[in-house]
Amino acid sequence: MNGEELQRIASAALDERKKFDYEVNVCMGTGCLSQHSDHVRDSLTKAAEASGKSCHVRRTGCMGLCAAGPMVLIEPPLTEQAEVRYGHVHESDATEIVDSLGGEPIARLNPQLEGYFKGQHHVVLENSGHIDPEKLDEYVEHDGYKALIRALTEMTPRQVIAEIAASGLRGRGGGGYPTGLKWDTVAKANGAQKCVICNGDEGDPGAFMDRSVLESDPHRVIEGMLIAAYAVGAQEGYIYVRAEYPLAVQRLTAALREARRRGFIGKGICETTFNFDIDIRLGAGAFVCGEETALIASIEGQRGTPRPRPPYPAVRGLWGEPTLINNVETYANIAPIIRKGAQWFSSMGTERSKGTKVFALTGKVRRTGLVEVPMGITLRQVVFDIGGGVPDGKKFKAVQTGGPSGGCIPEEYLDLSISYDALISAGSMMGSGGMIVMDETSCMVDVAKYFMDFCMTESCGKCVPCRVGTYQMHRILNAITTMNGTAKDLAMLEELCDLVKHTSLCGLGQSSPNPVLSTLRYFKHEYLAHIEEHRCPAGVCKAIAEGERV
Amino acid sequence: MTQSGDVKTLKIDGRDLSARADETILDIARENGISIPTMCELEGLSSPGACRLCLVEVKGSNKLLPACITRAEEGMEVTTNSERLVNYRRMIVELLFTERNHVCSVCVSNGNCELQALGQQVGLTHVHFPYRFPKEEVDASQDRFIADHNRCILCTRCVRVCDEIEGAHTWDVMGRGIESHVVTDLHDAWGDSASCTSCGKCVQVCPTGALSEKGRSVAEMHKRRQFLPYLTMMREGHE
Repeated sequence: MNGEELQRIASAALDERKKFDYEVNVCMGTGCLSQHSDHVRDSLTKAAEASGKSCHVRRTGCMGLCAAGPMVLIEPPLTEQAEVRYGHVHESDATEIVDSLGGEPIARLNPQLEGYFKGQHHVVLENSGHIDPEKLDEYVEHDGYKALIRALTEMTPRQVIAEIAASGLRGRGGGGYPTGLKWDTVAKANGAQKCVICNGDEGDPGAFMDRSVLESDPHRVIEGMLIAAYAVGAQEGYIYVRAEYPLAVQRLTAALREARRRGFIGKGICETTFNFDIDIRLGAGAFVCGEETALIASIEGQRGTPRPRPPYPAVRGLWGEPTLINNVETYANIAPIIRKGAQWFSSMGTERSKGTKVFALTGKVRRTGLVEVPMGITLRQVVFDIGGGVPDGKKFKAVQTGGPSGGCIPEEYLDLSISYDALISAGSMMGSGGMIVMDETSCMVDVAKYFMDFCMTESCGKCVPCRVGTYQMHRILNAITTMNGTAKDLAMLEELCDLVKHTSLCGLGQSSPNPVLSTLRYFKHEYLAHIEEHRCPAGVCKAIAEGERV
Repeated sequence: MTQSGDVKTLKIDGRDLSARADETILDIARENGISIPTMCELEGLSSPGACRLCLVEVKGSNKLLPACITRAEEGMEVTTNSERLVNYRRMIVELLFTERNHVCSVCVSNGNCELQALGQQVGLTHVHFPYRFPKEEVDASQDRFIADHNRCILCTRCVRVCDEIEGAHTWDVMGRGIESHVVTDLHDAWGDSASCTSCGKCVQVCPTGALSEKGRSVAEMHKRRQFLPYLTMMREGHE
C-alpha cells in the first residue's frame, strides 16, 4: 500500500458512488438498531429496487440524534439538494421516501432538527452517518489512511509527536493529560518492546461517545493507533472494549480484518519497515477497568484492580513495558491533525483546551443524542440551542457532566464555557463526555445517591477508603433520602468525602465523592430540607421508617 | 550534587536522613525509629499500597503518597504525623472496624491482633461510623486451619504469601467493593482445595483472627512470622 494505491482506492470508491443517482443512508448504530433500523434499511432496499430508481441504500453509523431514531439521511452531493434528514422512520415509510427522491422532502418525517446540527462542528464524527463502517474503501474515499501514509513516508516519529504536541490535543478520556507529552514520554522510555492501548472501556452512566465512534468509524481509531505506534515505536497494540458493546466489537473486528488484508496492519506496513499489530480485548463489565493500570492488569489476565502510580504506564505498563494508553476519542482526533496540521486543530477551542469534544447529551432534554462541539462553547448553548432545552415546560435544574467522577452544574453556571479547567473549577469535570440534563423533578440528593451507589458497587475493593468509605457514604445518603438523616450524618458525610477524596488509591476512588461534593456545594438546601423538614423539594424521596428495607 | 547517585539524603519529620536509592520512605523511617502505621505491607512480600495507612505528606506533591512504595528521592521533605494524617489514619482504622464483625472478646487473636494494636497506635477510643454487621461465613473445612471471614480486613497478605512465597496461589480475591472476599481456589471450600499445600504461611501472616490454627481458643493464637524474612534472605542469597 502506498499513496498512489490509496488514491486509486479512493477514486474507485468515488466511481462506485457515481453509478447511483441517489444515496440513502440508514443509521445502524445501537440506538437506531434498537428501533429496528435494519428493517427500515431492508424495506428501503426493496422499495428502491421496485421503483427502478438508481439508488444506493447504505448502512452507516450513528447520525447523532438518537432521540429521533431510526434516522435516515439523503446525501446531498449527488442529488444536488440540501442534505435531508428524516427521523422516526418506519419501514412502511420506505416507498414514500424512495418516491420523494429528486422531489420535495417529506415534511411529515422531518423532525425539525436544524438547531441540533447548527452549533455543532464535526471532526471526530465527520464520517459518522456518511460511510459504511465496515467498508475500508469508503473510509479511504473520505481521506482515510492518508494521514498514516503521510506520517510514515514524510515525517519522522519526532515530527509526528511535535505535531500532536503543537495541536494542543488533550486526553479525551477524562483527565485531560496533554497527548503530545504522553507520547513523548513513551517514546523516550527505555524498553525492548512498547505497546499502544486504546481504552474503549466506556463505563460512565449516560455516556456513549466511544461506542458510537467505534461503531461508526472504526478505521479512524485504528489509523490513530497506527500513527501513535509509529511515533512512540510500538510493535503491538490492544483495543480494550467492553463486552457490553457487541456491535462495536463486531465492526472493529471486521475493520481490523480488512485493514490487515490491505496491509495497513501487520508487517512492513505501507511498504515501510514499520510493523504493528492490533488485538481486541473484551472487558468483563468492571467500571474500574477503565482506569489505566486496572485496564493493563485486565489485559494481562489479572484481576482488574488499579495499582499505585508512579511508575506510570508510560514507563512501566503492559507486561512491564512502556505503554501508551489513550481513549478512543483521542485516537479519533489524530488522523485529522496529521492530515490538516496542528494549526488547524489549535484554531478551534479555548487557550488551554483545543479542538472539539463529543458529548452524549441525555436526560431531561428535548433532543438527546451525540453532539460534537468546539471547546469553549457554553453549556447553555449545548443544553438549550442544540439540545432544545427541557421538555414538557419543566424548569431546568442542573446538568451532570463527567459521569460518576463528575458533578452537577446548576443554572447559574450555564454560561460557563466548556473546557477542562472551567469544568473543574465549577466542581465537575470533563470526564469522558457524558452530559445528563436534570429538571426540577430530579432530587439532587437522590442523584448523588444514585452515583454513590454506582461507585460503591463498582469499587474494586482494593483500598480501604474507597471500599468502606463509599459504602458508608451511600448509607448516609440512603438515610437522608428516606428522611432518616440527621445533621450529624451530614457532618459525617462531609468528613468521609474528604477522606475518600484524599486517601483513595486510584482516580475512581478519589473522584467518587464528587457528585456529593458538587451537590452539597450548589444544592445544600435540598439536603437540609430532607434533614430538617423531612421534605423532598422535588417530590422524589419518600419517608421510610428506619429498619424497613427499600 | 556531590553525592553519589546511589545514596540519597532526605528529611523525614525534620530529621536529616540518608537512604539507598532502592529504599522506600517506610524502610528509612523504620531504620530510624520513626513509626508509620501499616497494615497490608509485610516485609518479605510485595506491597500493594492498598490500606492507605502509611500515607505521608511530601513537600511539593499535592497528593498523599504511600510510604511503603514511594522511593526516597534526593532532597525530599516528608511529614509522617501531621494532624491531617493522624486524622485520616484514625478514620481508616475506624472504617476497618465497621466493615466486618471484629469482636475482640471472643477472638482467637485477642491480644495478638494487628488491627487491635493499630487501633491503639492511632489513638482510637471509639468508632463513630455505624457498624455494618454483615453475615459472614466461617470455613472450618481445612484439616488444620480455620478461615473466619468475620475477622478479615482484606489486606491480601494471604494471597501474596501463597503466590509469592509458597507458589501455590490458592488464595485470591473475588467480588467487588464491599462484597470482596478472599477465596481458596475457585471459591471452593478450603478443605477441598486442590492447590493448597497446608503449609500454613497464610495463617501466620494474617494480621487478625481471620486465619487461625484449629484448636486455639480465645487469645491463644500467636502468629509466627520468623520464616518470612528467613526464607526471603535464603532465596535471595541463592539466586
